[in-house]
Order: sequence, then structure tokens, then C-alpha cells
Amino acid sequence: MIKRALPVTVMTLLLLAAWYVGAAWLNWPQAAETLTRAGKPAEFADVLAQAYAMKRPILPTPDQVVAELWNSLTGYAPTSPRNLLFHTWVTAEAALTGLAMGLALGILLAAGIVYTRTLEASLLPWVIASQTIPILAIAPMIVVILGNIGLTGLLPKAVICMYLCFFPITVGMVKGLRSADPLWLDLMRTYSASGMRAFWSLRLPASMPFLFASLKVSVAISVVGAIVGELPTGGQAGLGARLLSGSYYGQTVQIWAALIMASLLSVALIAVVRGLELVLLGRAGVR
Amino acid sequence: MSTLSADPYRTSLRTVADWGLVAIAVLTLAALALPVGALGGAPVGWFGGMMGGTLAPLFLIGVVLAVVAGRSAPKRVWGAWVELGGVALAWLLPLHLLNEGVDLSAGWGLWLFLVAATLLLWRVMGVLAGVPGWTRSVVVPGLFGLGLLVGWEVLVRGFQVPAILLPPPSRIASALAAHAPVLWDDFRQTVLTSVLRGYVMGCGAGFLVAILADRLPFLARGLLPLGNLASAIPVVGIAPIMVMWFGFDWQSKAAVIVVMTFFPMMINTLAGLGNSERIQLDLMRSYGAGYGRTLVKLRLPNALPFLFNGLKINSTLALIGAIVAEFFGTPVVGMGFRISTEVARMNLDIVWATIAVAALTGSGLYGGLALLERATTAWHPSMRRR
Repeated sequence: MIKRALPVTVMTLLLLAAWYVGAAWLNWPQAAETLTRAGKPAEFADVLAQAYAMKRPILPTPDQVVAELWNSLTGYAPTSPRNLLFHTWVTAEAALTGLAMGLALGILLAAGIVYTRTLEASLLPWVIASQTIPILAIAPMIVVILGNIGLTGLLPKAVICMYLCFFPITVGMVKGLRSADPLWLDLMRTYSASGMRAFWSLRLPASMPFLFASLKVSVAISVVGAIVGELPTGGQAGLGARLLSGSYYGQTVQIWAALIMASLLSVALIAVVRGLELVLLGRAGVR
Repeated sequence: MSTLSADPYRTSLRTVADWGLVAIAVLTLAALALPVGALGGAPVGWFGGMMGGTLAPLFLIGVVLAVVAGRSAPKRVWGAWVELGGVALAWLLPLHLLNEGVDLSAGWGLWLFLVAATLLLWRVMGVLAGVPGWTRSVVVPGLFGLGLLVGWEVLVRGFQVPAILLPPPSRIASALAAHAPVLWDDFRQTVLTSVLRGYVMGCGAGFLVAILADRLPFLARGLLPLGNLASAIPVVGIAPIMVMWFGFDWQSKAAVIVVMTFFPMMINTLAGLGNSERIQLDLMRSYGAGYGRTLVKLRLPNALPFLFNGLKINSTLALIGAIVAEFFGTPVVGMGFRISTEVARMNLDIVWATIAVAALTGSGLYGGLALLERATTAWHPSMRRR
């Protein structure tokens, strides 16, 4: 434990130190200018204090970001748009809806690919090619197009998340559905089990470890999809909207707070998936 | 397909009659009874009256001939190629009718016929998917993609979907040609300037740090968990910060790309460097090879599949990073800039053309890396045919 924790702690501390040094270095000219304008002496310690306490720093210090997070989380009701939890929930809602849609699409495609040779030969290459297209980059357009047909709010973002999510799930499930032991498949045949029965009772349970591995990847990119999907909606709600409005008004502390919140969201969702995996696979006796 | 693969000891209707073909024939006959569309408000039938003068009957005869010839071909695969000609002819018919000015949304006859043609295409692909090698790996997916494109074109034009929702591929292609100079400038700014520089810097840094971390296990143990964390967090969110720090030009895009590509490359390189087997390392030691020589002659070549995996993942990430960063601020050129401004001006065909360029670039980068991988790691066990 110590052997593993020590390097990580040292790295994290180094990173924090670098952050503080970087903040001082980047904010220095601005801080010095503020002080000279105010007619105060620009001693080293004064400038340093000023650099760490600016309202719109180029690089805020970690404590500024944490303070901003704390103020936002505790200072307002969770339903108020000034509370980051509200924005996090908006983003999480879209990401999870998209994840559910991607899950359904991915499993459906995987089942089709596993059971029909024609689909395997014709569709699988396109599933892979679909991911070389920078969909995230065209996400805003999808939002606008769907907005033209009258679909606004949650759904366009969810569609983007779905597109990002289905790929790892399809690929993982194709592997997983094929991972059932041939001996067991033969056993199902001797029971004269139908194809459907073999799917539900053997292939699907056998694919669960693969599904969870894919889900962990999918959850993370789903959050990214939701955030990027919020960029073009013009800063109404969501972590992406916070990023955008922060960038418009030069509120760097707000940007960093939103970024940290997004990371926490994604890490928390992955932890939930991992917990589900432990419980479900544990009950199924996989581990 | 069913006639060939069926169990010879089992006699059933399945082996006697080809139900798929029957379904296609029934659909086609039903289609013939319905109008194909309207010309100037008046319904047009298949055999089109005197004034319509469409060539629909010719197409129909061609398709039927192709199917009959395909069925009687001595080999099932040859027959499939002939039937493919019939499918092509069937899908050309709506394009011909559209050029004649027929309103296809007025009648259901043609659409039923196209459903039949799609079923036929499915059967052809089923046969071709059984041919190993080039046909299976290139022709079948190619047919699928082409079918999607033609289906998109015909559906959008046939039902007159407003171009603001979805322009047909032909319009996207003409926008591509009409705005080629603008798109080329965007491509040069985004891909040749920002992406390439950021990609080289990010992947290079990831690679070098991984080599360093391989020498200093302490560094590796500290960096790997951070790398795993970085793969979970939405790194692309740093785009606005980088635009603030490095300005609107390529430097900010390259910075985003460096941060996005660093950790995937580092993790993959580290995994690859750990991929050499004990026995191989022992052999190198018995040759008296030092660290450097072992690295260059054994461990890096063995790591190549992992390196290429990282490079391939990063090629898409780099493109995404550059385009998203351009949403936050850019000089008035670049693919992300083009997409965001032309969406606002509702010039959706230029946007789609830009997306086509982005898609082609992404697939091109990925495909190029895959080819390079095949050329450089042909000897590696992971490339052996299963």
C-alpha cells in the first residue's frame, strides 16, 4: 500500500507545487501592474500575495478553485442556477440518458453482428470507421439540426452521448457474446434450447464482464459528449455552459471549478459502474 | 445461400423454394400495381402513359433479367455479381425519375420496389460475405456504405426533406467542390498547422516521458494512476483555458492536443515496453547487450503494436481537440470556426462539407496509421491471421 501510495502522493504534491509556481509566474505581470497602478510598493512578497489573490487570474490557485467550489455548493440552494450541483445534474442527466440509449443500440448491434454473418461483414467495418469521425467536433451542429425539428433540451445532447457510447459497447459486446464456452453452447444444444434461450441464459450472462469494461469507458466519454453538447446552447445550464460563459466573461475561477466538477462527476459515475459490477458479477459468481 | 448450406438429408420447403426470392417477387408485383409518383399533379404509373415517357419499364426489365440470369448462373457467387447489377439498376431508377421531375412522395409503388431491391442487395451481400479475402473485407462493407449513401440521396430528394435538416449527398458534394478554396484554407489551418504540430508534440512528449518512467519505476508508479484519472476526466474542457493562455492562433489548439494526447501515448508506450518476454530479455543479456541496445533492438520493436494503438487513438483525439478548441476562439479560418459560423448563418451545406472533410481526414489519418502499422509490424505475432 505504502509502495503504491507514496509515488502517487509525491506526484500529486509535485503537481500542486508546479501549479502554485505556474500561477505565480503567469499572474506576475498583471499583479505587479495592479500594485504599481495603486501606487503600492511592488516588493516580492506583495506581488506574490497579489498574484495569488486576483479576481480574474490567468491561472487561479487550487485554493481559489476550492473556495469557489465550496461557495457555490454551500451558498445556494441545489436548485439554483448559481449552484454547481444544478449544472452537474443537468449534464449528468444528458450523459446518463445518452448512455442508456447507447447501451440499447450497442447491444442490439452486437447481437445482430454476432448472429448474422452479412451484418458482421458489412456493418462492423463501419462501426469502427464511425469512430474515426470527430463527432464531438460536429456535436454543435447536431444540436442545431435537432433543434430545427423541434427537439431541444436533453435529447440532442443525449444523441451525441449515444453516438459516442455505442462504439465501446458494441465492440465489447461482440467479444462478450462470443465469449461463451463452445462446450456450454453445445450443452445448450443438447438441451435443445432455442437460439433465444441460449442468448438469454448463456451468451448474455457470459458477456457481462465485457459489458462492464465497456461501460466504464462509455460513461467517461458520455460525460465529455454531454459537456460539448452544451457548448452551442448558449450558456443556459450544464457544466459545458458554465465553461462557455466563463470563457466569455474571463471568469477563470469559474472555468476551473466547472472542470473540477466535471472530473468529479465522471469519476463518481465510473465508481458507480464499478460498484454495480462488483455487486452483479459477485452475485453471478464471476468473481 | 439457403440452397447451398442446407442439410442435404433434410427435405423441407426451405430447400425447395427460395422464400427470400419469393418475397422479393411478391413485393415487386405489388409495387407494379401502385403509382410511382406524380408528374405535375397527375399520378404516374410504371408504364407511364404516353406523356410521361419515363424509362421505368426498361429499368424493370433489366432488373428482372439480371435476377433471372443470376439465379441460373453456374456458381452462386457469379450469380451474386450479376444480381448486384440488377440492384444497381433498381436504385438508379429513382434517380432517373427524379431527374425527369417526378414527385416520388406521391406514390408508394417505387418505395415498395426499392424495399425489394434492398432485400436483393442483402441477399447479394450475404453471398459475398461468404467469399473470404478481398471480397469480404472490402467489397461487402463498400456496398453497405454505398447503399447508405444512395438510400440517403433518394429518400431526402424523394420526400423533399428541407436542406436545412439534411441535404442530400449530391448537394454536399457540390458544396465541397464550390467552396474548395475555403475548405482547403480551413484544412490547412486546422489539420496541417494545429493538429500535426500538437499531435507530434503530445505523442512525442508521452513517448519520451514513458521511456523516462521506464527507467525510473518511481515515476511510472506515480504517473500511471494520474494517467488513468486523466482518461476519465473530460480533458477537452481545458480548451477555453488554453485559448485564454495561448491566444487564438494554432498554439492554443496545439496545447489542447498536447494535453489530450499525452497520457494515452504514455500509457500505451509503458504497456508496450513491458511487453517483452523474460526469455527474450535474458537472451539479450546473454548477448551482453546493455540497456540502450536492448531498448532499441528488442523492447521498442516489441512495443510497436502498442505504440500504434496509442497513435491511432490520438489521431482522432487530436482532430477533436483542435476543432473543439476552435469553437472557443480562432482566427477567421479553421474547421471549427467554419462549422460554428456557418451553422449560425444556416448554410448547412458548407457545414456538411466541412464535416465530410473532417470525417475523411479522421479516417485517412487512422487508415494511414493502420497501413504503416501493417508495414512495420508484419512480423509481430499480433498481426498473424487468425
